[in-house]
Amino acid sequence: MRRDYLNWAIGVVGVALLLVVPNVTDQFQTFMFAQVAAYAVAVVGLNILTGYSGQISLGNGAFMAIGSYTTALLTARAGWPVYLTIPVGGLLAGLVGLLVGIPALRLRGIYLALATFALALSVTPVLNNYDKFTGGHLGVGFKAVTPPFDIPLSNEQWLYFLGWIVFFLLFVPAWLLLRGRTGRAWMAVRDSETAAAANGIGLAYYKTLAFGISALYAGVAGSLLVIDFAYVNPDSYNLNLSLQLLVAMVIGGLANIWGPLFGALLVVWLPYVAEKAVNSKPDLAFGALLIVVVFLAPNGIAGLLRRGLLTLRGRRQEASQTTGALEATPAEADQIAT
Amino acid sequence: MDLLLAGFSFTALIQQIVSGAGAGAVYATLALALVLIYRAMDVANFAQGEMAMFSTYIAYALVGGDFGLVGAKLGFNGVHLGVAGAFWIGSIVAVVASFGLGILIERVLIRPFEGAPLLTLVIVTLGLFSMVNGLAGFNWGYVFKTFCCPFPQSAVNVGGVSFNYTDLGIIGVTMIILAAMALFFRYTKLGLAMRAASLYPESSRLVGVRTSWMLALGWGLSAAVGAVSGILVAPVVFLDPNMMQSVLLFAFAAAVLGGIESPLGAVVGALLIGILLAVVGTYVPGGENLRTPFALLIIVVVLLVRPAGLLGRPETRRV
Amino acid sequence: MAPPEVAGRNGQALLQLRDVHASYGPIRALHGVSVSVPSGSIVALLGANGAGKTTTLRAVSGMVKTQGRISFDGRDITNGRPEEVARLGIAHVPSGRGTMTQLTVWENLQMGAYMRRDRGAIKRDFDRVTGYFPWIRERRQQVAVTLSGGEQQMLAIGRALMMRPRLLLLDEPSLGLAPLIVRQIFEIIATINREEKLSTLVVEQNANLALKIAAHAYVLEVGRIVLEGSASELARHESVRKSYLGD
Repeated sequence: MRRDYLNWAIGVVGVALLLVVPNVTDQFQTFMFAQVAAYAVAVVGLNILTGYSGQISLGNGAFMAIGSYTTALLTARAGWPVYLTIPVGGLLAGLVGLLVGIPALRLRGIYLALATFALALSVTPVLNNYDKFTGGHLGVGFKAVTPPFDIPLSNEQWLYFLGWIVFFLLFVPAWLLLRGRTGRAWMAVRDSETAAAANGIGLAYYKTLAFGISALYAGVAGSLLVIDFAYVNPDSYNLNLSLQLLVAMVIGGLANIWGPLFGALLVVWLPYVAEKAVNSKPDLAFGALLIVVVFLAPNGIAGLLRRGLLTLRGRRQEASQTTGALEATPAEADQIAT
Repeated sequence: MDLLLAGFSFTALIQQIVSGAGAGAVYATLALALVLIYRAMDVANFAQGEMAMFSTYIAYALVGGDFGLVGAKLGFNGVHLGVAGAFWIGSIVAVVASFGLGILIERVLIRPFEGAPLLTLVIVTLGLFSMVNGLAGFNWGYVFKTFCCPFPQSAVNVGGVSFNYTDLGIIGVTMIILAAMALFFRYTKLGLAMRAASLYPESSRLVGVRTSWMLALGWGLSAAVGAVSGILVAPVVFLDPNMMQSVLLFAFAAAVLGGIESPLGAVVGALLIGILLAVVGTYVPGGENLRTPFALLIIVVVLLVRPAGLLGRPETRRV
Repeated sequence: MAPPEVAGRNGQALLQLRDVHASYGPIRALHGVSVSVPSGSIVALLGANGAGKTTTLRAVSGMVKTQGRISFDGRDITNGRPEEVARLGIAHVPSGRGTMTQLTVWENLQMGAYMRRDRGAIKRDFDRVTGYFPWIRERRQQVAVTLSGGEQQMLAIGRALMMRPRLLLLDEPSLGLAPLIVRQIFEIIATINREEKLSTLVVEQNANLALKIAAHAYVLEVGRIVLEGSASELARHESVRKSYLGD
């Protein structure tokens, strides 16, 4: 129950921060934080798939593309109300995710990584190819979204709140799932499929469920981002996007409910900072950070903070226990011979 | 059927097949590099393409004197090989340098993660991917560069069919590398030790093989072979930091198709893929853009239907 | 109790384990084991399944976390890396033989000679090995996985001999083999020791044959030495006869 207090405390602080931020930042920064919300949604989804259920996906950008294009096309071409397209984009992406999850059942570890890697690389060419439908490399644009009901907010502030409200709406169910039986089942599958199956956990059900949910979240994130920019084009959905999600997940903290927030913050802001400070793309920094984090702090920023907090509260032993998805497997029991 | 019409499309088809094989040879070289590392440590090196790209930039710098930002800062831009055959000399030096770099990368970035779970290793190779890509982009920028040319830019005409020297040259170089590697692994003591170290690490250590260094060697060889792949393809597609990403994808598809543990399989798979892609690209409407999804399809179908690939054996690893 | 120092030619045992504890993670497998192998002798380490026999050999090769001291020819090799221990001249034939199954017979032997550069001597050693195991000569190109269990055991010993070791560690050579073959193999081990003065530490469940060829022996039970002495003494010992010799 102590853990719940901690989480509640973080939640309250988080909400307070969220309310304060748009009042102290300029339009550009508010807009960036709006994007952070979208990325955070996507990373929550990826975290469920890779961090909790152990299925390596390098291709969640593809699901984001589905959400994005659903929103863009429905809004621009079919005149749908924009906000309605968010759940539709999410559900459509989720459905595709479920379908992808089925063959994924038969791909172990590195092969799944390979296949999703190929998926990530395939998005842009496919989008470019079916240009009659997707608008090709010219992309699809629509009228910028403005605050509804004449709410006295700037565009950026509205997008900010939209993003964080959607995040909250998706975060709570994810949190409930993860701390409940589903989350435990996912972690059991991640840690040992044979043991999980032996304990009666339906592998197929939980693994495809993870894919579906993960894709749904990515789809919603994609929709949010398109609404932010009021424009979408195939080049945004290249390998880089999927890698960014992975970076955000790992550095933020694998299999930690708060990890995606830190990760999203990093992934949205670092490129901007890198551009201003060193006039370069952030890839070098991302890559180096990734390796350093995996080596020194496998549980990411969230993990470090957790250890710090626990240490401060005198629970040093619990702090030094690591329960990450990246811990090396212990020496095999079958090494014990005669 | 009009004989003339039949003859014309037949010639074009042969040409497509040869040029497809040329592309396939490039994929084959990179696929060989991938298979090497996969056999040694059961991990696909996602950074293989980027490492190859970086090696190509090194060759480019040596040959043309453009050392990018670093060169400008340190003042040796413009220093280059102004001799005939500069391309080849620069390339060979770059390949040798890549060997060393591969070993260095293994010692610094991979060794600390010995025994780590798969996800960690995948993340490390992806981190390496990002770093190398970022480094190349930072130093040389994202503008396409010309890097010319290992082979004469003309073609030879055999029986009415025109074969590019470039395609022939690439196929030739790849075959030489394949043969060299086959000979190395089959007939040399070191090659045998590397094979043994990757298949039977415990038994190998018991006869005195330093398996850790065998892995480093594997990375070095891999980097060198990958470098050849990049150097061969750069003159054709122009040099830029993202040049190898689709090559990597096709190399993966080739390795999967041919059998990810089989070097010969990788080459056969690559040639097949190269040819298929050329045919699809030419004769299927919109085929150009469908090449990448086609590779995805191959990967998924092979992994679902016959994971060991065409030439792979479901090998059980023993110690 | 101080372990008996069995003096060899140099006045000191070739291999000496002193108060060795070994663990697999949290599980302790050896509790204060002390074993000596004098130069030129065969020493047998007996015990039932799970007694810690294999662990003892693995400790020597540095394959398991060890406390205590293991010295080879006076040199401390505790927790050494297996490849470095091998390079000092210790040939370890692991349980299950450790045959490199996809390689040929000849390639397996070549791997045994991996550390050596003296081509003439390697050739002579190959002749010696085929002297002990004549069938190898005709079947050098055969892939090792197609060999019978007994042949794989012989190949494993041959591979160890190609290392030109100063100490041979054999882990349960009789495992899974028919009695006739086992007797053959033990005879060969004894012959090798006699002709080449190769110090040998044999770990075995089959006490009978092991005690026949060994000079000294130890009995391990649940990670502890419970008996030690000359092989003939142990063969006559009451509890050994009851537990291990089926009397």
